[in-house]
Amino acid sequence: MPTAAPAAPLTNTSIEGAIDHLKASYPDAISADDREGYGGIIVDSAQLLDIARVIRDELGFDYLSSATAVDYLGAGDHMEMVYHAYRSSGGGTLVFKAQTDRDNAEIPSLVSVWRGADFQEREAWDLYGIRFPGHPNLKRILMWEGFHGHPMRKDWREAYYEEELKPFDSRWPGGHVHRAEEKNVFGKNVSYPREIDLSRLMDTSETAVYQSLGLGVDVERVMDKDGFETNELVVNMGPHHPSTHGVFRMVLTVDGETVTSLEPVMGYLHRNHEKIGERNTYLHNIPFTDRLDYISSMGNNHGYVLAVEQLLSLGRRYNEPTYRCEALRVMMVELSRIVNHLWAIGFWLNDIGAFFTPVLYFIQERERILDFFEAVAGSRMMCNYMRFGGLFADLPERLKSVSNLTNDRVRDYNTMQFLTEMVSERIPRTIDELEQLLTQNEILIERSVGVGVLSAEDAINYSAAGPLLRGSGVPYDIRRADPYSIYEELDFDVAVEDAGDMYARYRVRVKELRESVRILRQILPRLEATKGQSIWADGKPGAYAPRVPLGEAYGRVENGKGELGYYIVSAGGRSGTANPWRYHVRAPSFINLTPMGIMSKGYKVADIVGILGSIDIVLGETDR
Amino acid sequence: MDLNLQELNATEFPVPAELESNIAITSLSQLYNWGRRNSMWPMLFGLACCAIEMIATASSRFDFSRFGFEVMRATPRQADLMIVSGTVTKKMVVPIVRLYNQMPEPKYVLAMGACASGGGPFKEGYNVVSGMDKYLPVDVYVPGCPPTPQALLYGMIALQRKIDGQSIANGDDVPWYGAGSAEPTPVPVLGPDIIDPRQMDMIRRQAERAAQEMTALGTRELPAAMQLAPAKTAASTAAPAEAAPANGNALAYELPTGGTPWTEAEDIREKRRLRALARKALRASRRASAEEE
Repeated sequence: MPTAAPAAPLTNTSIEGAIDHLKASYPDAISADDREGYGGIIVDSAQLLDIARVIRDELGFDYLSSATAVDYLGAGDHMEMVYHAYRSSGGGTLVFKAQTDRDNAEIPSLVSVWRGADFQEREAWDLYGIRFPGHPNLKRILMWEGFHGHPMRKDWREAYYEEELKPFDSRWPGGHVHRAEEKNVFGKNVSYPREIDLSRLMDTSETAVYQSLGLGVDVERVMDKDGFETNELVVNMGPHHPSTHGVFRMVLTVDGETVTSLEPVMGYLHRNHEKIGERNTYLHNIPFTDRLDYISSMGNNHGYVLAVEQLLSLGRRYNEPTYRCEALRVMMVELSRIVNHLWAIGFWLNDIGAFFTPVLYFIQERERILDFFEAVAGSRMMCNYMRFGGLFADLPERLKSVSNLTNDRVRDYNTMQFLTEMVSERIPRTIDELEQLLTQNEILIERSVGVGVLSAEDAINYSAAGPLLRGSGVPYDIRRADPYSIYEELDFDVAVEDAGDMYARYRVRVKELRESVRILRQILPRLEATKGQSIWADGKPGAYAPRVPLGEAYGRVENGKGELGYYIVSAGGRSGTANPWRYHVRAPSFINLTPMGIMSKGYKVADIVGILGSIDIVLGETDR
Repeated sequence: MDLNLQELNATEFPVPAELESNIAITSLSQLYNWGRRNSMWPMLFGLACCAIEMIATASSRFDFSRFGFEVMRATPRQADLMIVSGTVTKKMVVPIVRLYNQMPEPKYVLAMGACASGGGPFKEGYNVVSGMDKYLPVDVYVPGCPPTPQALLYGMIALQRKIDGQSIANGDDVPWYGAGSAEPTPVPVLGPDIIDPRQMDMIRRQAERAAQEMTALGTRELPAAMQLAPAKTAASTAAPAEAAPANGNALAYELPTGGTPWTEAEDIREKRRLRALARKALRASRRASAEEE
């Protein structure tokens, strides 16, 4: 039995103080991670569970932000789980890691400490084949039960495998391209294990889903509390369902109209973002991040760029982004947040019955912001705008329509004038209109007050983020709790509501819309003041393929949906590398679904879509 | 939509001038197609990023109802058109084929965006289907990532043009009009990897051969004419012929070179470094010779 030292009061609340405290308590089980460019501690996996409890209870790191696996094949030949924990009162990160053998990968589950580890450990099992003894429901989450192998392992190769790293030799610089289908006998993106047994082939993916609920698909007879016989049955919603915000699926058991349990089923849009990202160069990944949370691509760019800049700053040839660049980034991200919240509120209203009328009003404003993005970045939705140490382009003098279509009114505005009008008139007017029609609306209040309640303790323990966390009364906003970019000098409040229900989340989003407008009002004078300043530190764009020094980095931003984090490991080569070894996305839409089960229990079937809508997920990010 | 009789009047029979706005003499196909093309109901069904642009196309600024795509229906049984709006994954293609089978004839499929047309940026992903047409017949492809609403509208109008050209008399154009029931598309099975029932025999044959020859299942040498980069394709498609795996569960894709991804990545980096040095040297020598001249 590990013996913890008598709980000495924690005097130094800094990260270093916490690490020292841990080292003093568990001298044998903890060692500093002294690999070049790495930080944090490595914990002996035999004592991981105890130490995790100490980290949560004694040191106060009650919020497990991210838990992910890394495969160090060829560099130590071990698997590693990396955990990032925070205090919900704010401050920096405590990184701790546990290592295990590749062949019999096993690490104790931390679900009993942080429930937020649930889906993330399932993902690590699915993609890396690490077992988590103690996990209540360890089965595949993104791929289907019965899939061969664990695809994120470094020695697992996809059917269209060509080479370890991009750019592929066959394409560059020669420019030869062949169709990948030609190389596959089946003409498709498939590869089967050699010993495939076709005689006993069965689709087990569906039965596995239902079995995990402890129920067959049969109707079971149960008595309700008044002694009436009711039928408990399984209802399947999705992946084709108009209210699941994409290809999301829920399997619920209902007793009459009341939901008794709910199991989220995902992976229908799992498009292997991370596997592709580890073949790509760092620059290649920027357009891929656009397609994570495709409502707010600017925010995705920002998180990724921050993570890579953290790594780049370890090297010699790195210049910090200029002030104008930071101001532009913040402006774009805040505009994205407005788009995101308008969209989220609109589609949540769809879900609770105001079918498409409100959303059409919000889409009007979204279209204007998208026009602006198109004029600046060249694309409406997938902006691909930020670069390491800079941006794709500065603001143009005038906003003109890219395409001169007959059914599209030709746009030609002065950029700053357009922005001023948007920020001081149009967007506030839309928010006023929204509030006037909805906030005191009787139907809306009836439908949403007291429904889908998530307590503050649960929200933290389940690693909920964004409006879901703040709607439960936890004033945690990364822009304030762990500031990045120029948010520290900007004046805004963290939106928070205490009730923890659907209505509270709606109120948080409306407040955040107003705060975003407030931030934008402060940004515009900053843009005027820095007019003429370059968006690149030395006046010219950065390298096409930057050499990123060795090390690890975790960059996180407060995106519209919550904490968006990127965990990046750069490895191999003394002069740095152009391709990441590990590229992980801590997706708020994915982790915010962890408490979906407890939030839905006891409510009616008709509330379920509303509760899901109030979490606000985007499947590109959930499934990656 | 207003009935434009002059437009519909496509035969050579002369209509007296005074009756031109009252009478049209037309062919049955044309009348039938005119009705169909102007009441195409798409299925309310979004997959990924493209779905957001599809919603934008349906909303007031672009509004595809103007072109007869009147209303989106959430059930496949009321839909004429499936807009495959986004990346099709192996896990999702099973429900998609089922949905397609539930749509009544005549039905059309529009592949929206790069992913639905051919896999797009995610093509190499292990869970991604390289285009909807690997499983379903696609009528119109709309390029873009995502296509703008204008592009989607253009694609939808292209589909209307296609319908205009179809003839009831021709069984190839309109198979649903003939006798007999339409065959449903076989639903793929999620086994160790996705299995298309239409390829079952082929997979069986390949599996037998692979078991005898201890070769990998699923890869092949390109025909000589297609080997543009011979060294590369040879290396990446070479079967791990040596030694049956000791582990019974080992899969068919052990690393061919025996190296690890780590060392292979290092090799690639080293190769690139040498190539960069060679280019630098070449440039230097050219500069030197230019200066001499």
